Amino acid sequence: MALKKSLKGCNNLKTIVNSVVLIVLWVMVPASALGAEYDYIDIRNPYLRKLPIAIPVFAPMDNLSTEEAMADESTRLFSKYLDFTSYFQMIDPEAFLEDPSRTGITTDAIAFHNWTAVGAELLVTGGVRYDESSGLLQMELRLFDTLKGKLLVGKLYKGKAGDERRMVRRFASEVIHALTGDWGIFDSRIAFVSNGTGHKEIFISDFDGNNPRQWTRHNSITLSPAWSSDGKWLAYTSFAKGNPDLYIKHIKEKRGIVLSKKGIHTSPSWVPGQFALAATLSFSGDPEIYLLTGNAKIIKRITKKWGIDESPTWSPDGRKVAFVSNRSGSPQIYIKTIDTGQVDRLTFLGRYNTQPSWSPQGKRIAFAGLEDGQINIYVIGADGKDLFQLTRDSGDNESPSWAPDGSLITFSSTREGVSRIYVMTAYGTDQRRLLILSGKQSSPAWSPRVVSN
Amino acid sequence: MRQKLWLGVILFLVLPGLLFTVSCARQQVQSDTTGTQQAQEEAAQEEAAQEERAQDQQDQDEMARQREMEAQQIAEEAAQREAMAARMLFENERIYFEFDSSALLAEAQEVLKRKAEFLRDNPNSRFTIEGHCDERGTEEYNLALGDRRAGSAKAFLVDLGIAPYRITTISYGEERPLDPRSSEEAWAKNRNCQFVLD
Repeated sequence: MALKKSLKGCNNLKTIVNSVVLIVLWVMVPASALGAEYDYIDIRNPYLRKLPIAIPVFAPMDNLSTEEAMADESTRLFSKYLDFTSYFQMIDPEAFLEDPSRTGITTDAIAFHNWTAVGAELLVTGGVRYDESSGLLQMELRLFDTLKGKLLVGKLYKGKAGDERRMVRRFASEVIHALTGDWGIFDSRIAFVSNGTGHKEIFISDFDGNNPRQWTRHNSITLSPAWSSDGKWLAYTSFAKGNPDLYIKHIKEKRGIVLSKKGIHTSPSWVPGQFALAATLSFSGDPEIYLLTGNAKIIKRITKKWGIDESPTWSPDGRKVAFVSNRSGSPQIYIKTIDTGQVDRLTFLGRYNTQPSWSPQGKRIAFAGLEDGQINIYVIGADGKDLFQLTRDSGDNESPSWAPDGSLITFSSTREGVSRIYVMTAYGTDQRRLLILSGKQSSPAWSPRVVSN
Repeated sequence: MRQKLWLGVILFLVLPGLLFTVSCARQQVQSDTTGTQQAQEEAAQEEAAQEERAQDQQDQDEMARQREMEAQQIAEEAAQREAMAARMLFENERIYFEFDSSALLAEAQEVLKRKAEFLRDNPNSRFTIEGHCDERGTEEYNLALGDRRAGSAKAFLVDLGIAPYRITTISYGEERPLDPRSSEEAWAKNRNCQFVLD
């Protein structure tokens, strides 16, 4: 009750109604976090120090056993989500000197020196209240800066049993937003190709590899999924009708279009913020990149050079497109400025550089390069400077795709034998497998943030 | 053939025998007509001999006709086999490429010239050129490379006078390797164009 009183006094009262079930009743935003300074985590820093964070088990507010089970599971999920970002050093709960589920989860109940003593610079507390008669589930979550002894963000979510996952995911986004200024990746998904059914089909999983489900059922060869920037459409290549055609399909509704001209239709890439995409078509007798509407009508031809031109990827402002061309004799990455028509070669090292992926922040381009018989992932500045190798000595590593906040890169690797999907930070650290499925997985594509889930 | 011969022999031996038995039965009744009987027997024998000769002739004609048909069939089969072999060769003989290249090697050009001959001999045939790549390199680039490989082969055949409308091209990139292993040997096999008659 003390909590509610203190909240009523909060000036920054907001009400956000979720389209599904979740209702955020109130928001606490300390004045300092309202400023545009996010000095906790600068995701552009390659030598990022991991922030030590303590996440003690959430409190069952009415000490019910159902609440306790929900609190335990919610804590586990929340910790997993934050850990996935690679921003944090998770402090071992064995070391904790205090148990907020008993002593209290609000600012005034927390002895911050007990948390700084175990090395935590950040602390998250949570409380779960479940009313079995009405089925109402409430979860209150808070993020503290333990050094300053200050609340950074706090939320109360209302829903029903089963909404725990969504609630902690929503708060994980709040935490990342409070620390980085970006909403993070928790509302994104990853599309990829898997042949576990005996055919290459497109699958879609949650951002962390959880809940993978088969999305296409062509019983054919299906390749190269690409998300529209509103996350509502996937474009891809499929041999379903015999020829490698271009499919543009709505994610949820059964509608879309197939472009089937002579020759190949490959490597689609959506223009940011537009219902338009670039793709390679070879009906002219030569693989060239074209700009198409989302309804697969050709707007114009982007490349005009004999030889292979493919794998376009757009700068976030849509003014430039990086692509692969073998016009110099071997595949290299070039950048074309759409307005001026100027084309500049971006990669010069190595004889085989493909699969460019422009970071959502615009500064860097990831790509796959073949050197000494191994394919590895590299990152280069869009200005051609600062080339970094992100993977090495771990099989073939291909198909880099950026998380929507630019903090992580998903890719495929044969480091454990068969090709599977992996994730690493934008600087190549914390490389780990995303999921295990039967068959081989390849061509991961990270979606933009999709809020409606 | 052999069956018919046996039939002939049986007719020749058994029929007169039967006739003879019948004659014997009659002998007792018509014992006074021995002269007539003899003449009748002779006539019967003559008739049987004639029948036999006719049968022989028929058999020989039949055998000749059969032989002729067989020869014709053999010739037809040989021609068919030859056409089939030519088809098989056209479909099975792939052309091979170097890594990350769609340039036609000298050997590939020789193979394509033979294919052009086949295509001139079979002017109604239409076919598809499938472009394939090894697993190295990336999927999307290899789809484009397979497209270029099929395109190179098509352009060469068109130069040799094969009408473009007869040729369809398709790229499978690295999706359908001939040899699924990961070795230099397998990769060399997998960088090819295959020709499939429609």
